[in-house]
Amino acid sequence: MLAIEFPLFPPRASTLAGSVDNLYFTLLAITAFFSTLIFLCILFFAIKYRRRSEDERPPEIHGSLKLEIVWTAIPLLIVIGLFTAGVRIYYAGARPPANSMPIYVVGKQWMWKVQHPEGKSEIDELHVPLGVPVRLLMTSEDVIHDFSIPAFRIKRDVLPGRYTTEWFQATKTGDFHLFCAQYCGTNHSAMVGHVVVMEPADFQKWLSEGPQPPSMADSGARLFAKLNCATCHSDSGKAPLLAGSFGSTVPLAAGGSIRADEAYLRESILAPRTRIVAGYPPTMPAYQGQLTESQVLELIAYLKSLPPGKGDRR
Amino acid sequence: MSVALAQPERPDYLNDGYGIKSWLLTRDHKRIALLYLASITLFFVLGGIFALIIRLELLTPAGDLVTSQTYNKLFTMHGVIMVFFFLIPSIPAVLGNFLIPLMVGARDLAFPRLNLLSWYVYVVGGVFTLTAAITGGVDTGWTFYTPYSSTYSNTHVVLTVVGVFITGFSSILTGLNFIVTIHKMRAPGLSWFRLPLFVWSMYATSMIFILGTPVLAISLVLVGLERIFRIGIFDPHIGGDPLLFQHLFWFYSHPAVYIMILPSMGVVSEIITCFSRKRAFGYNFIAFSSVAIAVLGFLVWGHHMFVSGQSVAAGVIFSGLSFLVAIPSAIKVFNWTATLYKGSVSYQTPMLYAFGFIGLFTIGGLTGLFLATLGVDVHVHDTYFIIAHFHYIMVGGAVMGYLGGIHFWWPKISGRMYPEWWGRVAAVVVFLGFNLTFFPQFILGYLGMPRRYHAYPPEFQVLNVMSTAGASILGIGYLLPLVYLTWSMRYGPKASANPWAAKGLEWETTSPPPTENFLETPIVTEEAYAYAAPGATHV
Ligand code: HEM
Ligand SMILES: [Cu+2]
Repeated sequence: MLAIEFPLFPPRASTLAGSVDNLYFTLLAITAFFSTLIFLCILFFAIKYRRRSEDERPPEIHGSLKLEIVWTAIPLLIVIGLFTAGVRIYYAGARPPANSMPIYVVGKQWMWKVQHPEGKSEIDELHVPLGVPVRLLMTSEDVIHDFSIPAFRIKRDVLPGRYTTEWFQATKTGDFHLFCAQYCGTNHSAMVGHVVVMEPADFQKWLSEGPQPPSMADSGARLFAKLNCATCHSDSGKAPLLAGSFGSTVPLAAGGSIRADEAYLRESILAPRTRIVAGYPPTMPAYQGQLTESQVLELIAYLKSLPPGKGDRR
Repeated sequence: MSVALAQPERPDYLNDGYGIKSWLLTRDHKRIALLYLASITLFFVLGGIFALIIRLELLTPAGDLVTSQTYNKLFTMHGVIMVFFFLIPSIPAVLGNFLIPLMVGARDLAFPRLNLLSWYVYVVGGVFTLTAAITGGVDTGWTFYTPYSSTYSNTHVVLTVVGVFITGFSSILTGLNFIVTIHKMRAPGLSWFRLPLFVWSMYATSMIFILGTPVLAISLVLVGLERIFRIGIFDPHIGGDPLLFQHLFWFYSHPAVYIMILPSMGVVSEIITCFSRKRAFGYNFIAFSSVAIAVLGFLVWGHHMFVSGQSVAAGVIFSGLSFLVAIPSAIKVFNWTATLYKGSVSYQTPMLYAFGFIGLFTIGGLTGLFLATLGVDVHVHDTYFIIAHFHYIMVGGAVMGYLGGIHFWWPKISGRMYPEWWGRVAAVVVFLGFNLTFFPQFILGYLGMPRRYHAYPPEFQVLNVMSTAGASILGIGYLLPLVYLTWSMRYGPKASANPWAAKGLEWETTSPPPTENFLETPIVTEEAYAYAAPGATHV
C-alpha cells in the first residue's frame, strides 16, 4: 500500500463527540486569536521601537491600572465561559441515560475482557449496536488502566478494587480504535483493540452467532448456588433477601443508609464487614481473593436480574 | 611563563583558589552555582539522549528499534531526569544561586555551608537514580503511579524513588536559603518593591520548594514502604487506595510545574527590561502574579485526575480553580509585551530567547485552557496533546528562559563574551526545531494517540516523522550553546562589568565578580529598571 494516510482529525462517531469538537474549535479560535495578537504586538513593537542608537533612552512608563483591569477582566470572562461549557459536557458524559445497555469490562495486564449480559464475551473487541446508549461498568484485576475510544471522545480510568463507568451512544457504524490510555506496564501500547459499531439487527445477529454461553445472570445464579449463598440469604432470616436489593436504599448498622449500586454490592460480597446492614449480625464471610472480577460481575448481574417484590426486604 | 606583575590583579571568584579541592569545598555561592551548572548540564545531555532514542523509536509505527520494556525505561528515565534533575534545579540552583546575593547586594547567601550541602545532596540523589538506571532501569514513568509502581513493576523503583527523595532535600535547603537571604540580607535602600523581578520569582519558587517538596517526599517514601513491606496503602488487593497516591503526588507535582516555569518568568522579566531599556510595565502586577501563581498552584492538582475516577464534583472544582491560574499567567504575558512599547529594543541573543519564551509559553498556556476545560480534557487526557502542552511550557518555556538567562549573565559568570552570531543562530534553530517537534503532537493528541506508546497505528506516522525530524534539529540547537559557551570560557573576548548597559546591582561589580561580590556594600537609591532619566511619564 503506497497511499499515505494522513488524518488531521479523528472520526466522530458518538452523540457526545459533536459537542466536544465544537468546544475544541472554540478553544482553537481563542488560542489562535490571542497568540496572533501577542505575536503581532511583539513583532510590531520590536520593529517600530528597535534601538536606533547606542545611547537612546526611552521614556519611562510605569504601567496603567486601567489596562491591567481590562486584561484581567477579559480573560476572566472567557475562562468562566469555557468552564461552564466544559462542565456541561462533563456532566453529560458522567450521566448515562436510564435505559442504557450495560456492558461489563475487566482490564488486565495487557488485555480488555468484555462481557455482554447475554453471555457472549470478547477480548480486545467491543461490539455495540448503533444508536443505543451503552453504559460500560469497568474494573481492573491488577493496575490502573484506561478505556479510551477517541472516535467517541470518551476516556475513563479503570481501577482495581473499584468500578468506574462511562457511556456513549454510537452514531456511525464502523471500526474504531480502542486504547488503554493509562500507562500500565510492559505491553501498555499493545493493550489496544477495536470498537465495532453495527446496525442493531446485525448486532443481534452477532450476539446470537456461534456457541451460546449462559447469560451473565445465569452464570451468576450458578455461582450463587455453588457458593451456598442461599443458606443465609433465604427465608431463614439470617441475612437480607437479595431480590430487588439492587438500586434500593439499604439502612446501615452504623447509622445512615446507602444506595445499593454495583460498587456497594461488590464491596458486600468481597468485604462484607465494611458496611453492615442494620438488623443483621455480621456473619457473612468475605469472598475477597476467592472470586475473579468477572465472577463478581456475574454475581452482580444475577442480583440485578432478580425481580423485586418476591420476599420484599424491609 | 610571564614575569610576575608589579601590581598583582585582584582575584575574582574564579581564580581565587585553584584545584579540585578549592571547588569541592567552596562556600562561595558563585562557585556552587557553577558546580550545579556542570551537574545539571550533564543530566540535560543524558535526558536529551534518551529523548532522541524515544523519538527514533517513534519514527515507525511498529515498535522495532527497542523492546517495549526498554522503551518504557527510556521515557521514565527521560522524565525523571528532566524533571527532578534538570528542570527543577536548573534556574534556581544555577542562576538563583549565582545571582540572588549579587542582586540583593549581599556577600553570599545566608547559609553558605548549607548551600554547599544542597549540592552534595543533589549529587547523592543523582547517583542513586543513575545507579538505578545503569543496573537495569525503572519503568514506572516519572509519575510513579500506584499500584503499578508499588506492586507490579519488576524494576528498580525503590532505588529511583530514594534518589528523587534525597534530591528533594536539596530543593528544600535551597528554598530555605533563598527565603532567608531575601528577607534578611538586602542592601540598604533595597526595599521589597525595588527588588528585581527575578528575585520575586525566586521568592515565590522557594515557597513552593519548602511547602511542596515534603509532600512529594512522603508519597515517595510510602511507595517504597509499600513495595518492601506490602503495608496496603495503595494496592486495593491489600486494602489500599490506588488514587491516594495520585492526590499526594500531584499535590506536589503540580506546583512543581510552577517551580519550573516561575524562575523562567523572572529571567524573562530581566531580559525584556534590559533589552528594551524600559522599566517593567506593571512591575507590581508582575511581582504579585508570581506569588499568585505559587499560591493557586497548590489548589489545582486535581486537574490531573479528571478521568481518574474522582468524583464529578471534585472535577468541577478543580477545573474552576485551574482556570484561575491562567489569569496571572496572562497578566504577565501582557505586561511583558507592553514593556516593549516605546522601548529601545535590541535583538541580542538573550532577547531572542525571551521572545521565543513568550511565544512558546503563550501557546503552552493557551493549550492549558483545553486541559482545564472538563469535556475537552477527557478526550485529550493522557494523549500526545498533553506531551505537546507540557513540552511547550517546560521546554519551550522553562528551557528557553534558562538558555536566555545563561546567555544574559554569561559575561558576568565567566567574565567572557560568547560569539553573538552563533548565539542568535542557536536561538533561531532551537525555536524552529522546537515547533517542528512539538506542534504536530497537538494534532496527534487530538487524533487520540496515547502517550507512553512504543508502537502506534500506522495512520499516525506522518506526524510522528515530522516530530522526529524536529527533534534532530532541536538537538543541534541545544548542542550549539554547549559548544560555543565552552569555547568562550577560554577564547571569548573579556567582558566588561556591564556589557548590556543593564540595571541591577549584579552589573555594578566586576565581571567575574570578586569572591566577596562587592568591594563595599552598595546602597540602593532608585527603583529597579530605572533606565530613563528622572521625570517619568505615566500612561
Ligand atoms: C529534543 C527534545 C525532546 C524530545 C524530542 C522529547 C520527547 C519526548 C517524548 C516523545 C516524550 C513522551 C514519551 C511518552 O510518553 O511516550 C517525552 C516525555 C517527557 N519529556 Fe521530553 N523531549 C524532549 C525534551 C525534553 C526536555 C528538554 C524536557 C525537560 C526539560 C522534557 C521533559 C519530559 C517529560 C517530563 C516527559 C514525561 C515522561 C513520562 O511520560 O513519564 N523533554 N519527551
Ligand atoms: Cu492498560
